[in-house]
Amino acid sequence: MKKVFSYPKSLRNVPTHYCAGCGHGIAHRLIAEVVDELGIREKVIAVAPVGCAVVAYDYWDFDCSEAAHGRALAVATAIKRVRPGNIVFTYQGDGDLAAIGTSETIHAANRGENLAVIFINNAVYGMTGGQMAPTTLIGQKTATTPRGRQANLEGYPLKISELLGQLPAVKYIERVSLHSPQEVNKTKQAIKQAFQNQMDNIGFSLVEILSPCPTYLGLSAAKTLGWIKDVMIKEFPLGRIK
Amino acid sequence: MTREKRKKILMSGNEAIAEGAIQAGCCFYAGYPITPQNELTAYMAKHMPEAGGIFIQAESELAAINMVFGAAACGSRAMTSSSSPGISLKQEGISYIAGAELPAVIVNVMRGGPGLGNIWPAQSDYFQATRSGGHGDYHCLVLAPSSVQETYDLMFSAFELADKYRNPAIILSDGMLGQMMEPIVAYGKSHMAYGNNKPLAISHKPKKWALTGCLGRKPNIVKSFYLREGDLEEFNLKLQRKYQIIKQKEQRWEELFLDDAKIILVAYGTMARIARSIVKTLRQKGKKVGLIRPITLWPFPEQAFTQYSKRNTQYLVIEMSYGQMLEDVRLSVNGKNTVEFFGRSGGGVPTEEEIIKKIK
Repeated sequence: MKKVFSYPKSLRNVPTHYCAGCGHGIAHRLIAEVVDELGIREKVIAVAPVGCAVVAYDYWDFDCSEAAHGRALAVATAIKRVRPGNIVFTYQGDGDLAAIGTSETIHAANRGENLAVIFINNAVYGMTGGQMAPTTLIGQKTATTPRGRQANLEGYPLKISELLGQLPAVKYIERVSLHSPQEVNKTKQAIKQAFQNQMDNIGFSLVEILSPCPTYLGLSAAKTLGWIKDVMIKEFPLGRIK
Repeated sequence: MTREKRKKILMSGNEAIAEGAIQAGCCFYAGYPITPQNELTAYMAKHMPEAGGIFIQAESELAAINMVFGAAACGSRAMTSSSSPGISLKQEGISYIAGAELPAVIVNVMRGGPGLGNIWPAQSDYFQATRSGGHGDYHCLVLAPSSVQETYDLMFSAFELADKYRNPAIILSDGMLGQMMEPIVAYGKSHMAYGNNKPLAISHKPKKWALTGCLGRKPNIVKSFYLREGDLEEFNLKLQRKYQIIKQKEQRWEELFLDDAKIILVAYGTMARIARSIVKTLRQKGKKVGLIRPITLWPFPEQAFTQYSKRNTQYLVIEMSYGQMLEDVRLSVNGKNTVEFFGRSGGGVPTEEEIIKKIK
């Protein structure tokens, strides 16, 4: 019998610490599959975030560096500049990329660093207990917006991908989602595109992945997927931004 | 590494830092403009690409130190520079570099503080440099040049020590040393290679822990995070053992007229230049004055002081601060001799005359 489905080589066969229903497990796996299919495991250097995925390097089977919170794109910039023949990507949450790391994100994009950026947007800060993220929706209750996010105090959900799309050196931005099998497949294609762009020397590529955090949305895993589909996508529409 | 013949050049301290770094095999520099070290950044912008290395003007000091982290994680000799307020910004990154055991060189051309301060020289960052200015129990090697020639020479030491111990190394200069021009004897052209997927500095031993892509080996992880119970303590003990070895082996200092000295000045950097002058002046008048000039500020050269503990000598520490290195001298002397202090800070450089008055 022919084997048609198995564990990707680039994903270590270990249990993860992620919550039931978390999107990280899917995103990690999709990246591992793409790396295997492109045959680049031995060239990849990943940069892990600070957040629930801080230990992503324990789950992937390629070279990986940590980065201080928000600084992944500065770290990745240097790695790619000193090792242009390697494939370098960052994996970052909404706080890492669009709060504390905003400056590093905008400037790496503006310089057009030839990197792939995987941006996990789950509208909340998971690791630290469910605080507001830049992408938290208006009215959404979090540990630091107990009355619900209010625009006049906390501002609006930040569309960092749309902002980055304004920059001439940015070559590819797509927003995708993990809320259904079809969307998971589209996410994989987008990830593959970002990596292929780097291999083809095209330039800065970012994939924003709407991802479920059932624990801090306070919903069941299935209902969180429904929330992404029916509520979050209204604020963060899917599709190609650049 | 083959270096070409040495030739004599006139350059500023800031330029000597950059030139020395390139000659020492530094192939990555990220920095941000700040007075009084802008000549360093400009020199790197011009010469680092010529030498086959990478220059990036980063968007902030914070970004620059994290870029150095990335380059160092790949095994490259990497450096950043700034002045006092910018070095404050880098403390998080330096803590991470120490925690991930990465080699890197950070240059502080000190200026007056606190806060925005001014652009005149100072020595007020001694604590920041030697007491691990960032969070956690770690130490940076700290080297303090006292002339433009020594500034150039210590760049080689800095990179070698950083590589040897997998540790950040700080060059502590100041606005005076950075701006002054002196003739130095320096190497000619540098030798570096630039290529696709090849390490940029070919002259150094490849680092087996570095991130280069896992071809032919198990994947490497560069991190400073140890969540499992007991792991972080074990790692910290490993760091402490490293620091003990550095303390034993790497203390450096210079001695001047110590054999019969009744008063020993202790000074580093620009203050050591003034101290040297004071010693010469007072010796001509028959006063038995000497000088201990620490070159490594961490590890502090305690060994220089223990040799005089039985003698009836008095120390006078002179700094452009309100008593930072003073504490290390007191710790080294350990109550066996008196330790006096003369300090001025806030950007002013003390004169020979006012210090001599204090001695009399």
